[in-house]
Amino acid sequence: MKALFANRMHAIFAVLGLLLILFITWPLLRTVLASSPALLWQTVLDEEVRSSIWLTFYASLIATIIGFVLGVPLAYLLARTDFPGKRVIEGIVDLPVVVPHTAVGIALLMVFGRRTLLGQTFSLVGIKFVSAVPGIVIAMLFVSLSHLVNAAREGFEAVPARLERVARTLGASPWAAFWRIAFPLAWRSTLSGIILMWARGLSEFGAVVILAYYPRVAPVLLYERFGSFGLQYARPVATLILLICLTTFVTLRIVAGKRGSE
Amino acid sequence: MSGGVQVHDLSVDLGEFHLQEISLDVAPGEYMVILGPTGGGKTVLLETLAGLHRPRQGRVLMNGKDATTTPPEERRIGFVYQDYALFPHLNVANNIAFGLTLRRGRRRRGRRRRGQRREARAVIRQQVNEIAELLSIEHLLRRNPSTLSGGEQQRVALARALIVKPRLLLLDEPLSALDPTTREDLQHELARLHRALGTTTIHVTHNFEEAVAQGDRIAILNAGRIVQVGLPDEIFRRPASEFVARFVGVRNILQGDLQPGKDGYKLLALDGIRIAVVTELTGRVRASVRPEDIFIFQELRRSSVRNTFRGRIVEIADRGTLLYVTVHLPPDLTCVITRRSLEELELTVGQEVSIGFKASAIHVF
Repeated sequence: MKALFANRMHAIFAVLGLLLILFITWPLLRTVLASSPALLWQTVLDEEVRSSIWLTFYASLIATIIGFVLGVPLAYLLARTDFPGKRVIEGIVDLPVVVPHTAVGIALLMVFGRRTLLGQTFSLVGIKFVSAVPGIVIAMLFVSLSHLVNAAREGFEAVPARLERVARTLGASPWAAFWRIAFPLAWRSTLSGIILMWARGLSEFGAVVILAYYPRVAPVLLYERFGSFGLQYARPVATLILLICLTTFVTLRIVAGKRGSE
Repeated sequence: MSGGVQVHDLSVDLGEFHLQEISLDVAPGEYMVILGPTGGGKTVLLETLAGLHRPRQGRVLMNGKDATTTPPEERRIGFVYQDYALFPHLNVANNIAFGLTLRRGRRRRGRRRRGQRREARAVIRQQVNEIAELLSIEHLLRRNPSTLSGGEQQRVALARALIVKPRLLLLDEPLSALDPTTREDLQHELARLHRALGTTTIHVTHNFEEAVAQGDRIAILNAGRIVQVGLPDEIFRRPASEFVARFVGVRNILQGDLQPGKDGYKLLALDGIRIAVVTELTGRVRASVRPEDIFIFQELRRSSVRNTFRGRIVEIADRGTLLYVTVHLPPDLTCVITRRSLEELELTVGQEVSIGFKASAIHVF
């Protein structure tokens, strides 16, 4: 690896890059440092804030679990097989990234709303989506699943198919070859996809707010406080959410990095 | 334990690779080499025998039973790829034990007591140690595959394949990625393992010398078709087609014992003659000399050529502008001359001539 300031071009690139890094970190730091610890503690004690953060975390976790169960098999097929229309499927997987998230909310409402076939079918078993946790989960799932599927697919693509073939000749069924060879070798990439998907779910506002304004996830709560009471009241909530998300994200990345480099 | 393999009229389509009407009969315990140019479909053929690709038509019989649709995990096959394909997330011991742990799991899936499990693990460990000893890799068992040299990885891949006692061992260019010294070692190792275990083996290569050195028989594969099957001698002496003749080249293959010589030469003794050669090898070896490297003289004369012998012409084969003249010393050596030389030297069958070639023209392997 070359030193950062090996030549003039590197130096100029470093300055340009630094501007971008400052653009990310400066507002975040400013927000985190703006609220006094006392005010933060008061916010922590706010029951509404606490339950909202908790809801956000576990709704996104459920979305990620669903994404894992359905997405990893799809990722494997995309990495290992060729079939007509594969490009179309890959495009569909990427679609949620480019669609405006409020439009996603509307689209989900058209399929999972109260009067729709799916909405009514699910309500028979007591699951409703509008203004309910399942609605939050599917909104998060929709907007974040691309991250997991793509990361897992890249992971599987990096595993030579020959390794699985050798495993087959040694007596492994397709299932055993998957669980003992392909999956462990793609795990690091899959795990970073899991983290990314979960983090993306946490931060979703647009799709969630249309499907389920209530119960309020953290971004919705923040928006409501800002709209109703102004910046002064919204800021400590923002600080708290940022702190929790950053801590979790950094911790997970460190843990995942350690696992992979072992 | 080892089984024969019969392939009948096998055709496979796989992307840009096509195998067409392959028929091949490998006897139990035989070492068959499939020789062909790169891109001729050799790997596809091996993978089809392993059950990894479904043929469009034809049948594969193993031990006399139809195995065409048998999944790979039930075929009892050992497969060694050119790039070894070791599992990077397992250490050497666990790579080797992989097949055993699977077989154990399949045989009895029910819950087992801790004592039984420990016993099973001890059995596996012992088998791993035995096969590691056979391949001289005991000292590597705890290492990670990425820290091994090519030759070491190849031995691990062989151990992993052999530990499950396969009925058929498939080797895909097993020596191609190795440096010359290691290749020589492993070539002897493969021959030794085959003598010791008697596993029916199909070995794929594009290297003609490897094929001659290893194979009981050789099958030539070109553009998805088997164009000739036979003993090494037959292939080289009676190539069935122009392609085979050109691919293997018309070469003089000799076998003999190396004896110490003087001035940096060694002497290759065979059929009562001794040929000066340059090699690092010792013991029983094969050697080849290309027909264009052999000169013919009417009379024996002094020159810088180390090797000169008298013999009688037994055959003159006409190939247009070039003629192949076979001289019986013994052994028989074939040399190539132009029509013009033939006319100038007035060579005829039965005539006694001298032939000569440089020591460096002899390739020992």
